[in-house]
Amino acid sequence: MGINENKGWSRDQIAARIAADIPDGAYVNLGIGLPELVANYIPLGREVIFHTENGLLGVGPSPAKEEEDDELINAGKKPVTAIPGACFFHHADSFTMVRGGHIDICVLGAFQVSREGDLANWSTGEPDAIPAVGGAMDLVQGVKTIIVFTQHTTKSGEPKIVESCTYPLTGKGVVSHIYTDYAVIDVKKEGLFVREMAPGIDFEFLKSCTGAELKLYES
Amino acid sequence: MINKIVGTPAEAVAEIFDGATVMISGFGEAGSPIELIHALIDHGACDLTIVSNNTGNGHIGLAALIENKQVRKMICSFPRTANSVVFPELYRRGEIELELVPQGTLAERIRAGGAGIPAFFTPTSVNTPLAEDKEIRIFNGKPYVMEFGLKADFALVKCKISDRYGNLLYNKTARNFGPVMCMGANRSIVQASQIVELGMLDPETVVTPGIFVNKVVEISNPLSENQLIKENRRYPWA
Repeated sequence: MGINENKGWSRDQIAARIAADIPDGAYVNLGIGLPELVANYIPLGREVIFHTENGLLGVGPSPAKEEEDDELINAGKKPVTAIPGACFFHHADSFTMVRGGHIDICVLGAFQVSREGDLANWSTGEPDAIPAVGGAMDLVQGVKTIIVFTQHTTKSGEPKIVESCTYPLTGKGVVSHIYTDYAVIDVKKEGLFVREMAPGIDFEFLKSCTGAELKLYES
Repeated sequence: MINKIVGTPAEAVAEIFDGATVMISGFGEAGSPIELIHALIDHGACDLTIVSNNTGNGHIGLAALIENKQVRKMICSFPRTANSVVFPELYRRGEIELELVPQGTLAERIRAGGAGIPAFFTPTSVNTPLAEDKEIRIFNGKPYVMEFGLKADFALVKCKISDRYGNLLYNKTARNFGPVMCMGANRSIVQASQIVELGMLDPETVVTPGIFVNKVVEISNPLSENQLIKENRRYPWA
């Protein structure tokens, strides 16, 4: 086990790989941090509407420094723009979209994902940590498809895909797909299926840095 | 005659009493009624329970209210952000209570409180530590957790435009919790960047109907939290 910085996809390549699987016309919520990269890679000709839970459908690219507006931000509190055709709404309406199943895809980061699609991404459970949850628990329950965007292992090389999560859960059985620097993995009732491996990654290596059983579609 | 306009932030917050529950609009800085919060600091009401998505930034606005020891308990979804220093310190020392609520549940609890709905069932937080000790019910084979509607004595809300009836329009993503908080509070106190004559607002575009608003004060150039933090400012002003 251990990490090799040169192995697998870069973060931008993972973002592009996720973006390639987002269909035309989808309403998509991107989590704070790494998932925000996905917006940069939507293939030309596809119209995708980005939702941010603080009240905007139609999030556009980051503004130039001098165009930044303190009152036009995303869920990560970073300045954004609104595309032509965007709309603003209040928080209860925003989470009606989320919890009511109106958003098609949400891309989130993870501390851990389990074989059964449990997600832990809000707290490490350390006693002196300040607990903060934001909208993560609403998103995983309400959005039709939950995609996890994560490095395959932690900085110290521990697997993030595990048999069962040791960190406090965000939701149980909520993840559909996992995109890492090493592979694309589908979470199914029958287990974790490797759909694609990054160049230079083989199945034996992938298994060695994954904490849960992996299956190949062919077998 | 109905005229909800008052002259100063001090007048607007004067009725807030010790021990009150106060909802404060805003998502980070966006929509945070900083002049009303500073007036509440000057006013001095203490032992407050504050309902707000975050816990403020730097040493101004909501963070300054907490730093001034006027807040007993925070009900919020995300108590730490890049610039939040006051709340984490007090929380670690055990000097302030925290009720952590998922963001969508927080919004819906406030909406329900304002809509006369005492409780509801939501899938959010099921099978997580935040559902511990809460009633779970199965509907159509899926578990849901019971959450209570949330009401407050007061709401402090920032908006862009108001008229003297208290009909409100907001600005971009600064709208966030404002509309539901106006509904969820017994007395809603609003700062508007501009107050216009009756009839100037298109009734089709009013976001918060005036019935949910009790007082409006005009603050034509609200302070920028961002700017104050860059300048390392503290409230009360040194």
